[in-house]
Amino acid sequence: MKKSVNARIVSNRRIAPDHFVMEVKSVWLSRNSSPGQFVAVRARENATDPLLRIPLGVHAIRKKGIRLLYKVVGSGTKLLMSKRKGERINILGPLGNGFDLTPVFREKDSRAVIVAGGHGIAPLYELARVVTRGKKKVDFFIGAGTKKHVVCSKELRKLGAKVHVATEDGSMGHKGYVTDLLKKHLKQVKRYGTRVQGYRSRATIYACGPRPMLAALAKNAKRSGVPAQVSLDAYMACGIGACLGCVVRTVDGYRRVCKDGPVFDAREIVWESA
Amino acid sequence: MGLRIKIGKVTFPNPVWVASGTFGSGEEFQDFLDLGTIGAVITKTVTLKAREGNPPPRIVETPSGLLNSIGLENKGIDHFRKEVYPVLRELKTKIIISIAGADKKEILKCAGRLLEEEPPDAIEVNLSCPNVTQKATGYRLISQDPRATERIVSSLRRETTCALIAKLTPDVTDVAAIARAAEAGGADAVSLVNTYPGMAVDAEDMKPVLGNVIGGLSGPAIKPLALKAVRDVYNSVNVPVIGIGGIMTGTDVAEFMLCGARAVQVGTANLADPGAYTRILAEFKLYLKRKKIDKAGALTGRLKT
Ligand SMILES: Cc1cc2nc3c(=O)[nH]c(=O)nc-3n(C[C@H](O)[C@H](O)[C@H](O)COP(=O)(O)OP(=O)(O)OC[C@H]3O[C@@H](n4cnc5c(N)ncnc54)[C@H](O)[C@@H]3O)c2cc1C
Ligand SMILES: Cc1cc2nc3c(=O)[nH]c(=O)nc-3n(C[C@H](O)[C@H](O)[C@H](O)COP(=O)(O)O)c2cc1C
Ligand code: FES
Repeated sequence: MKKSVNARIVSNRRIAPDHFVMEVKSVWLSRNSSPGQFVAVRARENATDPLLRIPLGVHAIRKKGIRLLYKVVGSGTKLLMSKRKGERINILGPLGNGFDLTPVFREKDSRAVIVAGGHGIAPLYELARVVTRGKKKVDFFIGAGTKKHVVCSKELRKLGAKVHVATEDGSMGHKGYVTDLLKKHLKQVKRYGTRVQGYRSRATIYACGPRPMLAALAKNAKRSGVPAQVSLDAYMACGIGACLGCVVRTVDGYRRVCKDGPVFDAREIVWESA
Repeated sequence: MGLRIKIGKVTFPNPVWVASGTFGSGEEFQDFLDLGTIGAVITKTVTLKAREGNPPPRIVETPSGLLNSIGLENKGIDHFRKEVYPVLRELKTKIIISIAGADKKEILKCAGRLLEEEPPDAIEVNLSCPNVTQKATGYRLISQDPRATERIVSSLRRETTCALIAKLTPDVTDVAAIARAAEAGGADAVSLVNTYPGMAVDAEDMKPVLGNVIGGLSGPAIKPLALKAVRDVYNSVNVPVIGIGGIMTGTDVAEFMLCGARAVQVGTANLADPGAYTRILAEFKLYLKRKKIDKAGALTGRLKT
């Protein structure tokens, strides 16, 4: 079940030059959301511009509400940035299917390898929290353009995740793409041994980020025989599966990112056309 | 207050409907409103054979508008009959089924399959989707050609006594002429507008935004254009006109009715807010009350000029 709620903003603070975290109070969203699901927020009431809602991943689930992490990229997110504590905001959710955690929790020594590119980190923090709380190991890879855009690394370390950083300009961690850093690591992942869902791997990759990053990652994961779940981004209108606007090409034809996803098995996506 | 209106022989509980392609098959909206309160649900256009639709990206927001190029993705009439229609018929709502096809033969076959079932409350024949090329005519869309429009409507008319609505494109020199052709073919009503053809450009990448390059524009951005089209048609046909285009509020409903619409359809507003319908209907009722109009139908064409 989904609902649209007028949630009160508890806080809305800058965590990096263009990144903000907004916490809203809503027991409904707290109780019903799971890692990898998203919500659709209305940036302005009684207005026709922006017309549509902004889809945002559930960044953290709190006792009485949720947190959203967003990057300011355009007119809608700019409006979000100026929202103040105490104001209300209309949120539709929770939407879509979250990550499947059964592969991580099924075997004794299985683990999660989480890969975030840019604002793709938003839905992955909550995932890392749930996995580490379940006493499973997390390797968390963060990719960003430059050091200033690396967010959440401290919080992730606090959870007990092993954090690996790659920046394109080399200002922090490995210099280059996060997928290249991951590729090296995958050799080690293979040594973790045995299987998850028919793979010879005890690790499962969870990733969210730009399409080209996910495409590269899917290729490496396949080659290394490691299962991967990816959370996709698409232009959305309704967010509830009604308009067929957000489709991605899969091996079974077009599927809706908002309702059949946003999380897909990387093997299902036809990456060349994505 | 009397909200009921009539199209052909069918009485609808109220004149505010939901537009094809913007309401799925209704099911998706059940968490947000009681479908029984809707004047009529027009289903996503269905074609004889399944259609994959256009390559993504299929939608992009433009100032106060939405540009889409879904491309009539649907699973075909047989799937519709088996999986969708039985569920729809259980709803206590008037159901209007939208059909389309590349030419007369395909449209007639699609209607024929549909009519093997118990007929719906009405059929809306979509002669105007900007996202597929129709081959019935030398024009890109059937409803750009008055002769093809009349021919197709009249052959459908011979197939069924069920209320028949022709949905028209506004992308023509004289939309009233097309509406007259649909009327001559025997349509019980005409509905307009379908989306206006348009496109969006990403100057940074120097590329069109939509996978299909062109799409159809909907939403508040097109309302002034749609109001004019409805008024032009109302002034030149005798059959009821159903107004569509950028309706977001109860006042918008009233504006269309004043311009001559007997009923209206809400489209993009459903996508922006799945609960929009309920608010719009409530606002429209308040408008009627405030204006002391006791029959919704009495508003049609009352524009003072
Ligand atoms: C399921 C889902 C979850 C998401 N979660 C998050 C999140 O947790 N945090 C976050 O910061 N962002 C997230 N996004 C992306 C976010 O929705 C967009 O950045 C936002 O809608 C931009 O709105 P705007 O009005 O500020 O930008 P606009 O003014 O609309 O656009 C600014 C620029 O961003 C591009 N853009 C806008 N929307 C998208 C999109 N959906 N896909 C690709 N490019 C786009 C435009 O082409 C343009 O170049 C998510 C998207 C989806 C589909
Ligand atoms: C995403 C989307 C899909 C649509 N699909 C159809 C369709 O399948 N058949 C049809 O007749 N009209 C379709 N339309 C057009 C609408 O029914 C309506 O005529 C148009 O959007 C104008 O109304 P609005 O401004 O209220 O949205 C679609 C519109 C949108 C936005
Ligand atoms: S956004 Fe409408 S179907 Fe996904």
